[in-house]
Amino acid sequence: MTPPLLPMRHAPSALLANGSEQHAIELRNLCVCYHGKRAFRDISLAVPRGEITALIGPSGCGKSSLLQCLNRLTDMIPGCHVEGDVRVEGLNIMDPAQDLLTLRRHVGMLFQRPNPFPLSIRRNIELPLREHGVIRKPELRARIEQVLDDVGLWDEVRDRLDSPALALSGGQQQRLCLARALALAPRVLLMDEPCSALDPLASAKIEELIVRLRGQYTVLIVTHNLGQARRIADHTGFFWTEDGIGRLVEFAPTHTLFNQPQDPRTRAYIRGERG
Amino acid sequence: MDDWLPASGRTRGRTAAADRTAAGAAWMCAVIVTLAFGWIAADLLWHGLSRLTPGFLFEMPQLSGRAGGLASIIVSTLAILAICLAAAVPIGLGAAILLAEYSRSDRRLGRFVRRSLDVLAGVPSIVFGLFGNAFFCVYLGMGFSLLAGGLTLACMVLPLLIRSLEQGLREVPDDWRNAAAALGMSKAATLRSILLPAALPGLVVGLVLGMGRALAETAALLFTSGYVMRMPGSVMDSGRALSIHIFDLSMNVPGGTGNAYGAAVVLLLMLLTVNLLALAIARRWQLTQPGPL
Ligand SMILES: Nc1ncnc2c1ncn2[C@@H]1O[C@H](COP(=O)(O)OP(=O)(O)O)[C@@H](O)[C@H]1O
Ligand SMILES: [Mg+2]
Repeated sequence: MTPPLLPMRHAPSALLANGSEQHAIELRNLCVCYHGKRAFRDISLAVPRGEITALIGPSGCGKSSLLQCLNRLTDMIPGCHVEGDVRVEGLNIMDPAQDLLTLRRHVGMLFQRPNPFPLSIRRNIELPLREHGVIRKPELRARIEQVLDDVGLWDEVRDRLDSPALALSGGQQQRLCLARALALAPRVLLMDEPCSALDPLASAKIEELIVRLRGQYTVLIVTHNLGQARRIADHTGFFWTEDGIGRLVEFAPTHTLFNQPQDPRTRAYIRGERG
Repeated sequence: MDDWLPASGRTRGRTAAADRTAAGAAWMCAVIVTLAFGWIAADLLWHGLSRLTPGFLFEMPQLSGRAGGLASIIVSTLAILAICLAAAVPIGLGAAILLAEYSRSDRRLGRFVRRSLDVLAGVPSIVFGLFGNAFFCVYLGMGFSLLAGGLTLACMVLPLLIRSLEQGLREVPDDWRNAAAALGMSKAATLRSILLPAALPGLVVGLVLGMGRALAETAALLFTSGYVMRMPGSVMDSGRALSIHIFDLSMNVPGGTGNAYGAAVVLLLMLLTVNLLALAIARRWQLTQPGPL
């Protein structure tokens, strides 16, 4: 899965300029408020490039909000206010002048509920590609085949590319969404509990695909499945709520976090005593 | 609390009786509504169906409408409807998009516009007629004309149209808005390629409601498009809509009742056609585009 560079309407140079050597994402003192009420505060975090990083913790501690800061989906939420410094590939994305379409082309996202468009399988991938300037038919066809093959969907749907995407099973839909994101050749992939709406078999397939993304993409995944974090993540961050405000309690290599947690709350959560 | 205990035989019996009464009342209401509609339809068809010949549709009215057909009336009606839709649909769709998609961050604007529309929707049509006369006929100098009538109708159906188009857009799940945004698609492209097609069945329903109201309107047209029976030569001519024709024949023209029934049947058939057409479009659409999960 080598991500080929897309011919782009928006020049990528600004985004890929001068990231730090090992970190694709750097957060400093990030705070998010909804209608003046803090969801989490003072999160500082550096996500290593090309690795899989998992975020774990109980519901409501701000994991989804954190992901949404990274592609500025927070801009779409009324009453949401973000403060702090967010750098993706070295670029300050909180800059009001940052072009959101370019940012989101480089930072893909997979949601909890599979959300293919109510269009054909082919159109689902073609539409965003066209938006980003890929318009020649042969190129579109090749790109679509490649990404569907990357997610193991090509053999299952090659004969019905023009049938509705919503007729696919949940697991297939989620893989289509992954293919759709990969088609734009992003640098970073955000995943918000991508397996939690799927059955164990479909979930295992997605997990396998995520592992295969290692090295080519920086993956930041929120999961409630501690076993999954342990299996696939290189680093893991543990979130906890204090007085209704989320905090990043601990961030470490997965092996360390699970075997020698520093914080008693981490230890308790991992042992399943709380949360 | 001991509510969880099984109800005694007596209370159970009482509940069952209450259930039966409620169900009976609901049935009664349904039967009354159906009967009322059936009675009107039967009365119309009984008196009017025999008049429904090709000649009735394609001949000019004669003797103040007592004799002859509806040719000029139908042409005027369709012209007024076309003008009304041509003005109301683009404005309505634009306003609905603004309300459903762009007023999220500015709630106060959205609320203000919505309130105003709800007030406007409740204004009696005769008031719209007077307004249309003062504004389009007199102030803009259109005189009594199809154009003035169509535009007045547009003002009248806009509140209803906007609210139902907005409802259609709001029924599209947020999942797709988020998916499109996360893929770096522009708002315009998201609307054009995903949201509007997905909302189409709802939009069609809104359109049908609007057209129904426009076709049935009498009072607002009396002051704006007038009641001249001639075949209109242009949109600046006055012309008589079907509903006005029916009103005039039954109230002001002795011996006009028969043709009034005929015209009423034509109007009913027009409304029915619009409804069935819309239903067919929405159905066909849903066959090719399965809805949300
Ligand atoms: N759209 C929103 N509007 C208002 N409050 C929100 C919204 N989304 C999340 N929150 C609040 O922010 C906090 C963090 O939520 P979230 O990021 O969804 O946490 P998690 O993904 O860890 O469960 C919660 O207290 C939640 O109530
Ligand atoms: Mg969440």
